[in-house]
Amino acid sequence: MSSVSFEAVRKVFGKTVALPGVDLLVRDGEFMVLLGPSGCGKTTLLRCLAGLERIDGGSVRIGDREVSDLPPRDRNIAMVFQSYAVFPHMKVYDNIAFGLRMRKKPKPEIERRVKEGAALLQLEPYLDRYPAQLSGGQRQRVAVARAIVTDSPVLLMDEPLSNLDALLRLHARAELKRLHTDVKRTTVYVTHDQIEALSMGDRIAVMKDGEIVQVDSPSIIYDRPASVFVGSFIGSPPMNFLKCAARDGHAVGDGWEVPGPPGMDGKPLLLGIRPENIRIGQGPLRGRVIVAEPLGSHTLLTVQVGKDSLKVVAPADDVFKPDQSLQIAPEPHKIRWMDEASGTAIAAPN
Amino acid sequence: MSAAATPAPQRKSQRRGVLVDRILLYGVAVLLALWTLVPIYLIAIAAFSEKVAVFEYPKALLPTRFSTETMEFFVGSSGVITSVKNSVIVALGTIVVALALGAPAGYALSRFRFPGRDAFQLAVLSSKMFPIAILAIPLAVTFIDLGLYDKLIGVIIIHSAMVLPFVIIVTAGVFATVSRELEEAAQTLGTSRLGAFMRVALPLALPGLAAAAIFAFVTSWNEVFAATILTLRERTLPALVVASLNQSPLYFKFAGGFFLIIPSLFFIWFMRKYLFNLWGPGR
Repeated sequence: MSSVSFEAVRKVFGKTVALPGVDLLVRDGEFMVLLGPSGCGKTTLLRCLAGLERIDGGSVRIGDREVSDLPPRDRNIAMVFQSYAVFPHMKVYDNIAFGLRMRKKPKPEIERRVKEGAALLQLEPYLDRYPAQLSGGQRQRVAVARAIVTDSPVLLMDEPLSNLDALLRLHARAELKRLHTDVKRTTVYVTHDQIEALSMGDRIAVMKDGEIVQVDSPSIIYDRPASVFVGSFIGSPPMNFLKCAARDGHAVGDGWEVPGPPGMDGKPLLLGIRPENIRIGQGPLRGRVIVAEPLGSHTLLTVQVGKDSLKVVAPADDVFKPDQSLQIAPEPHKIRWMDEASGTAIAAPN
Repeated sequence: MSAAATPAPQRKSQRRGVLVDRILLYGVAVLLALWTLVPIYLIAIAAFSEKVAVFEYPKALLPTRFSTETMEFFVGSSGVITSVKNSVIVALGTIVVALALGAPAGYALSRFRFPGRDAFQLAVLSSKMFPIAILAIPLAVTFIDLGLYDKLIGVIIIHSAMVLPFVIIVTAGVFATVSRELEEAAQTLGTSRLGAFMRVALPLALPGLAAAAIFAFVTSWNEVFAATILTLRERTLPALVVASLNQSPLYFKFAGGFFLIIPSLFFIWFMRKYLFNLWGPGR
């Protein structure tokens, strides 16, 4: 079994604490995405798992092996780098075969597995070429093939799609997901792209300032963010947050009132609601359209409600004009209440 | 910008500008080539003419009276063969020592942030501040004390010291162009730290290392001063030629000069494919 576990993993660079103490369990065969803004420590965490960084505290385990002090080659992992790190002085075949040769596999087996890997990533026509003769997308596939043919039970990926252009990235994303279904390796995938995270991950670990702030399935991360940070980092446009105060089981905002969370009387709250979970027509919130942006599949409205402005997704067929007045209603079961002081979610009663 | 949008006169002047650039570029290239080729050519003619041809004036610009007489005389002179052998040994020894010490130093400079890194870099360069002429006498004394005087190993040490700063700086620059992720990838694929260096960084740095090797070879092959001061019987070729300069006839000097040029040309010829890799479009 090859689960991966981090226990109180600490990493310090000089005087900067990159990871104060991270705990995370990645289950066997799971596709775990580490998501966060740049500089949040996600790549550092991955490199600690790979053995490319020494940890300053805690422990890293792969399966039931403690690997904290092992060099990368003894950890039985494979890694895909952001720059692909395809060896420019070797042909595609030799690149893919590199890990197998280092593991001293017999020659016929190397040949068979390189062919299999090349087939899986549609690289057969290029085995005899040098990386300089390949496109970015092909090089990326070489890097992936090189990593998976080694049969390492744990696969690490550090933003493998970030150097591809938008269209290719879309394609490669689907390919990687298909590949994961095929090979079922425990995968730890680092990205700052929330769409990648939502579309590929079995679970997402959202990181901020070296700490993991939420680990959940993509749908839970999206629907029930654990904090204002998660809600506003994920989703495009992000979740709306409206200021309000709890009073007698209600949340009272600037000119509006909706049923609120119990037991929070007097405390300042934030009403979190996704732009697509706001109904237009009847509702307790009155607002004014500031901008209407038709985006083809829908129209994105920026609506001023009291002092807050929020994004609302409206059907593409409806026509809105600037300054038009609206009544809107957040769908009650989609509301995510946050404690304004701490920025964390208030446990929902349901 | 579309061609139609540009007024015709401007286009013409642009084209003329490109032409002028071209002419300048090729003109300078031709001048530089002549600068090195003409002396080599004249020396070659003199070396392969009859002895008396050297004293003729005006000089024949074409080899009218080809003869190997002069070269035979030179090669047959006492000590020449030995000193050629010495020169080859010293030059190759210099390459080995300078690369063995310089390449790891360059690698460390490019890869690691260590305390004193900047000071080290400066110290490497500052060693070039002292002219060998000033150091020669104290060095000779020290070498006599150490028993290195008039030994080829002594010359190898001096020549290595002379080329090391260049080798270190060049290899540091070369290793800096080899992405660290490549070595890390090799490590995740099953090599040790050293294995990653040997299998990935070193092959990729080869062109730069070849350039450093050429520099070491040519420097050592042509170096006169230290070799003259530090040897008596174990002369390298330049030292021998210089030592016998006053007593030797003119045609001997031409033959010696030609003989000194040839190995450098061959060495560069063999290394040139690595140089083109480094500076050309190959990568």
